[in-house]
Amino acid sequence: MLEFRKDLFADERDDNLNVIGKGEQRQDMLGHVTGRTRFFDDHGFDGLLHLKVVRSPHHHARIRSIDVSAAERAPGVKRVIRAQDVPVNKNTLLSLIGFGKDDEPTLAVDKVRYKGEPIVAIIAASDAEAMAAVKLVRVSYDPLPTVFDVQEALKPGAVVVNETYPGNYFEYHDKYDHQKLRFGDVEAAFRTADHVLEERYQMSPIEHASTETNGTIAAPETNNRYVVHSCAQGLFFSLGTTAKILALESNRLHFIGGTVGGGFGGKVDSLTEPLAVLGAILTGQPVRYVLGREEEMQFGSPRGAERHVIKDGVMRDGRIVARQITSYFDAGAYTRLSSYGVVKCVAHMPGPYTIPNVRGDAYCVFTNRVPATAMRGFGVTGLDFSIEVQMDKLAHLVGIDPMEFRILNAYRDGDMKAHRRVAHNTALIECVQVAAQKVNWPLSETARRASSLSGGGGPRAAIPPTVTDESGRIGRPETRQAPPQLTPGAAPLPAYQPAPAVPVQQPAAPLPNYPSQPAAAAPLPAPTPPVQTPPPTPQHGAARFSSVFTRRR
Amino acid sequence: MARMPVQFRLNGTDRAVFVEPVETLLGTIRRGLGDFAPKFGCGQGTCGACTVLVDGEPRLGCLTLSVTCEGRSIETASGLADGPTLHPLQAAFMEHFAAQCGFCTPGMLMAAKALLDRNPDPTRVEVVEAIAGNICRCTGYEPIINAILAAAQQRGARRA
Repeated sequence: MLEFRKDLFADERDDNLNVIGKGEQRQDMLGHVTGRTRFFDDHGFDGLLHLKVVRSPHHHARIRSIDVSAAERAPGVKRVIRAQDVPVNKNTLLSLIGFGKDDEPTLAVDKVRYKGEPIVAIIAASDAEAMAAVKLVRVSYDPLPTVFDVQEALKPGAVVVNETYPGNYFEYHDKYDHQKLRFGDVEAAFRTADHVLEERYQMSPIEHASTETNGTIAAPETNNRYVVHSCAQGLFFSLGTTAKILALESNRLHFIGGTVGGGFGGKVDSLTEPLAVLGAILTGQPVRYVLGREEEMQFGSPRGAERHVIKDGVMRDGRIVARQITSYFDAGAYTRLSSYGVVKCVAHMPGPYTIPNVRGDAYCVFTNRVPATAMRGFGVTGLDFSIEVQMDKLAHLVGIDPMEFRILNAYRDGDMKAHRRVAHNTALIECVQVAAQKVNWPLSETARRASSLSGGGGPRAAIPPTVTDESGRIGRPETRQAPPQLTPGAAPLPAYQPAPAVPVQQPAAPLPNYPSQPAAAAPLPAPTPPVQTPPPTPQHGAARFSSVFTRRR
Repeated sequence: MARMPVQFRLNGTDRAVFVEPVETLLGTIRRGLGDFAPKFGCGQGTCGACTVLVDGEPRLGCLTLSVTCEGRSIETASGLADGPTLHPLQAAFMEHFAAQCGFCTPGMLMAAKALLDRNPDPTRVEVVEAIAGNICRCTGYEPIINAILAAAQQRGARRA
């Protein structure tokens, strides 16, 4: 149940809100309870045709030949769609915002890269006839070696999954094999830390399992346009993707949607729209392409598996002095949205904690698994799980209550984040205090009196000297000049060449080893009461928690 | 195979339709008769989105053959309201925020109606059991359970 804690930050908030904190009826609720809400599949059309897809039984294989002659002659079949029928048979979703190279065909051409990859589409008068014809398509394969582990995929000589990215990693800014974060000097801090703890965390892929499966109905409309009933979570993203793949002016597509039978991130990929519209164009009839539950579970993109290796240096008094995170995102065979998840992951490092030395590296890696995509906080939730389990282990290691340990290390307003932005609107301390109170978890007086509004800034706002290489850059001197190029028929090139050891330029300034802790963040249990700073001047409106309507502070 | 004629009552109206022998009741109601309230979720009888009432009993439309419904009375969520007046379950679902995406709602309502028709005063456990075959991925079930209990209470109050 929603609870509005008006006792917190009361002086920073207006209480003249009209909707927040009150019950408000959903505008679509009457349609839901009367069964009148129309989802994409709830539209009747005369002459509706049904599209089914031949999918790869192999995780990785070269396609030697495809024989559709029997399927074309099968009862009820109206049209067989091959790769060469797709006008622009290579796309990546985020190309609409200029991020990443086109790397995924709508229908496989010469190779399949994951089990379930679509190869041929069959359109027939009924579902059953389409399914029967799918079984008549003969595809001959040469199975290829596979790679399923992210770290194996990055090793020299690894099997090349996706030739668009021959190193098996997404190329950021067309040349970098990963996203990087550097702040201070973790190695120096590890040497002086009382304890160093390194742990590895591994997630599984997670299927969204929305009750409505992915699907589309497309039909010829007047004026040479096509109406598209879509389940897409991003309707205009799907429109743009469909227009690009089919080389159509987008004003020839009339997308109707926004009513989604559960999405959770699993309906952002435009998995069905392009083929359904292409089917309607080629047959001149309405075409329905809906994933079955098995297809949805096995081939619809899941949340990708993430691996996080976290190494922390912690002092006996509970202060975390260094955190190093190496993250591997299993994108599966194609990028879809994983490249973006990695960016979010790095933006979230090192978690909501003020740590003076941080080193982060995150890779978006291609394997022969089902392509991954968005799902509720992807890139952040997996990292948060890993960080918070790590926090419990660290607290245990130094013998400090895990709730107090979080309060001790939490961001406070005015602290410098590893991304070189000053932390504002922080509230972790208050969250932990409320959570502890809810479960009657005893907190020390110091922890109870801690506040996000005080004790931050000052020395905690400093940007520490950060380790750089000879050319003044962080990390490796040359992060791989250019990705290896594949020539057709050539043996896969070594995918990953470890860079030579980095000459570390020692910073001239003293090492940033948490020079002077404010009293409020002093080691627990500390008898000293926290410094009582006057609350900041009240700001108009809900300024504290609004990053939208206020200037970036 | 030859198509077969079937007659049944759908939400109080007699309907006749030709069906394939292997056609499911869900397919006939949706694509044959144009009532799109019951949904396809899994086709395997595991999600309950296709739940309809056959002679008052909850049935999975995706696993019921249309030819077995000859002469039966079928109810879907489309027939729950009495003209503009909502069924108490519909009103309670609205009031208790028992739907988010709304996809499971028609099946959920029919499972709940079957329960209240045979047991007007169910316990919380009986409500949970009655909707155990209906999957909802949005709400976490609590608002749905509360809505069904509230509807039962309201109907009880009206009878008293």
